[in-house]
Amino acid sequence: MSASTSLLGRPLGALRRLGGGPLTRLSTLVLVGFVLVALFAPWLAPQDPAFGELGDTFAGPGAAHWLGTDGGGHDTFSALLEGTRTSLAGPLAVVLFATLAGIAVGLFTAWRGGWVDSLVGRVLDILFAFPALLLAILAVALFGKGLTAPVLAMAVAYLPYTARLVRGLTAQEKVRPYIAAYQVQGHAPVFVALRRLLPGIMPTVLAQATVNFGYALLDLAALSFLGLGVQPPTPDWGAMINQGQAAVLEGQPLSAIVPAVAVVLVVVAFNVVGESLGDRLAGRES
Amino acid sequence: MSADPVRTEPVSAEPTSTEPTSTDPAPLLQVSGLRKTYPAGGRPVVAVDGLSFALRPGGALGIVGESGSGKTTTARMLVGLERPDQGEILVQGAPLAARARGRAARLARAKAVQIVFQDPYLSLDARLGIGVTVDAVLRLHGSLDRAARAARVRELLAQVGLGDREAAALPRQLSGGQRQRAAIARALAAEPAVLVLDEAVSALDVSVQAQVLNLLCDIRRDTGIGLVFVSHDLAVVRYVCDDALVMYRGRTVEHQPVADLLAAPRHPYTRLLLASVPHPGWDPAAIGARRRDLAAAG
Amino acid sequence: MPLLEYEDLDVALPAMARPILDGVRLAVAAGEAVALVGESGSGKSVTARAALGLFPAGARIGGRVRVDGVELVGAGAASLRAVRAGKASMIFQDPRAGINPVRRIGDFLTEQLRLVGGRSKAEAGARALELLGAVGLPDPPRHLRQYPHQLSGGMLQRVMIAGALTADPRLLLCDEPTTALDVTTQAEIMAVLRGLQRERGLGLLLITHDLDLAAATCDRIYVMYAGRIVETGTAADLLAAPRHPYTAGLLGSSPPLRGEPSRLLPIPGTPMGLAQSAPGCAFFDRCHLAQAGRCDQRPPALAPAGPGLVACHRAEELAVPPGTVARAPEEDR
Repeated sequence: MSASTSLLGRPLGALRRLGGGPLTRLSTLVLVGFVLVALFAPWLAPQDPAFGELGDTFAGPGAAHWLGTDGGGHDTFSALLEGTRTSLAGPLAVVLFATLAGIAVGLFTAWRGGWVDSLVGRVLDILFAFPALLLAILAVALFGKGLTAPVLAMAVAYLPYTARLVRGLTAQEKVRPYIAAYQVQGHAPVFVALRRLLPGIMPTVLAQATVNFGYALLDLAALSFLGLGVQPPTPDWGAMINQGQAAVLEGQPLSAIVPAVAVVLVVVAFNVVGESLGDRLAGRES
Repeated sequence: MSADPVRTEPVSAEPTSTEPTSTDPAPLLQVSGLRKTYPAGGRPVVAVDGLSFALRPGGALGIVGESGSGKTTTARMLVGLERPDQGEILVQGAPLAARARGRAARLARAKAVQIVFQDPYLSLDARLGIGVTVDAVLRLHGSLDRAARAARVRELLAQVGLGDREAAALPRQLSGGQRQRAAIARALAAEPAVLVLDEAVSALDVSVQAQVLNLLCDIRRDTGIGLVFVSHDLAVVRYVCDDALVMYRGRTVEHQPVADLLAAPRHPYTRLLLASVPHPGWDPAAIGARRRDLAAAG
Repeated sequence: MPLLEYEDLDVALPAMARPILDGVRLAVAAGEAVALVGESGSGKSVTARAALGLFPAGARIGGRVRVDGVELVGAGAASLRAVRAGKASMIFQDPRAGINPVRRIGDFLTEQLRLVGGRSKAEAGARALELLGAVGLPDPPRHLRQYPHQLSGGMLQRVMIAGALTADPRLLLCDEPTTALDVTTQAEIMAVLRGLQRERGLGLLLITHDLDLAAATCDRIYVMYAGRIVETGTAADLLAAPRHPYTAGLLGSSPPLRGEPSRLLPIPGTPMGLAQSAPGCAFFDRCHLAQAGRCDQRPPALAPAGPGLVACHRAEELAVPPGTVARAPEEDR
């Protein structure tokens, strides 16, 4: 056996053990690929995506620019690679915050029960009424453009989804006799809730977080497209699509299509992986 | 609302005053005047009312009743999963804290009363092996070191007829009977004074149920633990218990030694319950009429 | 000709080590109440469903099942409809699972009467009232307007029995109809079932895990273990002198309500799952009378032993005297 097969064999074996259909495996591969690109983008990108070669605008694909350039002469391929970073970091921050805060809120209220639970339930219902994008635009209007304000606003907007899920799962699990048995044995309520109940529902929560990641990416890209998110020259897929509008009119649509395809690929892959996780967990429980 | 004749009016039957164990000066478990209501729309529903009984060390009391009689609420109050509205639960003379605050209070309550639930499929943590589950109780309660705990886990599992293979297994890898044995071992790990069994054998196959019943009798004989055996099944209560307490719509209608209760039931509901058990020459047609009479009399 | 007849019915799933049903022979005559007793995984529910032509998905089926002369193994849609719409009805353990919670009792009953029975709206209403009365519900006109959640479990099970009667069946299949109910309610439901069966001359097949209930309500009993019938006879014979060690073990496992208290003698081990198989008698591992080299070689066939039929290699030599119950040496695993 050569070294290269063993090097590849192990991760591929892990992927196979992960289960799911070929589509799930392909989606997982796509996601792993994008994460690797995001990590190593500065070394991978052939050119500085912020550097505009004004003499070479709206160039078609060629040896100098593999995927051409946009109206500012920026290399599309390099922008795509470097844009992976902001495009993935934004949703990651949103999902991390929303999931952690959602777990805290959902677990506490459902465990506590009573009026606190009803009150928080109502507040979550009200938060559901605000679309994430609208909240993000409002935040931009208040705190200015950039990545921070929309990410915070969207984290708040995504929180109810996780909180409601955790609250429902906790309420359902809390009445199971094994939780009652832990209480009767004399374990502290905090221990039972955090160390015994939470790990049991965590896989389902993670599946939801995975699906949320895709949606958050889509929302943030839309915000950048509207010019409210990440500002040029920082490369970002949404912003690239926005600036690519001119390129479409010039008959060189590649600088708009490439980031759009990337967005679609990542969102679909996250959805497929998340749904498959959820499905398999549902199957395991029954 | 409900048209079920049994649910319309509370029965006014006098609870019989004989309390076979009340002569004992230091009962293991003393329950007096327990009452629990649940809010249901406007008028609260009384789940348990005026429940009193005593259990001597090593004694076994059966609490018999149909669904909605308040027997499961009673079991949950005994282990602190529900707070009684009124009344007192004394274990070895010390009141059982209705709401245990702080580690010491929680552990004290756990050492007073433990419970085994009905459903062996939902009462064990699906993520933990049987041995780990039992060990966690020992770790919480004891000052034993790791090696001593391992020995004790083995001993506890052996006591309920489980070996090393089962100790290493996850609950889903075991049969219903094995899971229920594991749940019993887990309850015994805290070395409680009283063990409450809430329909603990009714979900098991007949042949397996008999194994667990014998196990409970052995545990009682070997450890002197007090048993409160909540069940709908009079024959099973007769097999395990000395005394039986019959609950009907939250009230105690009869409380006697089991042998007397079966030989000479005093309350019409107890007589109905006995007549309802299938036996050769059974006439189920007469039961419905008697049940309606009983409900109308109340 | 019996109303319901199984001839060597085999049902097997390719993924399982042993067949779900293995050579089941069973008959129910019109006007007869028969019980099929077994523990979880014995195949008793699969047997009952087969009488409606319901088989597990992907199963290989062999043998015959006939209801009122209509063959159900490999039957086409027309035969299935003929049986389900007019010959056999089934009552399940959980009445709440079998009824739409947002529709009234009256709709539930009249829909079947109109769609399947082809009655007019007025006729269906009148018939529904009549059926609710027949199952002993106190106020049929009011119940017709009620929703399932307004009725107790026992009353809803009566509604389900009324629902089963809408098809005017000749055969009632009852799959643990009282297991979810209190003992007093169980008595009432069994009284209704027995009354209907006698008045209308129905055949009744009661599926239950409770040998005492079976003996108290049925004429004949079949005992099933691991997909095979191991013993059959009249209720009185079976209870007084069980011939199969499993039947005897079941009797020795249920605590008696009367008589001298004595220690139970449980059957060791657990019922055989579908993932296990045995070359010989399926009860071999749990049987205290099992003989190596004989009982573990080939499965015993159902053969006459005493007044009934028993599938045990040692049935003849071990003929248990009536009144005593063969008991296993105790072992708690």
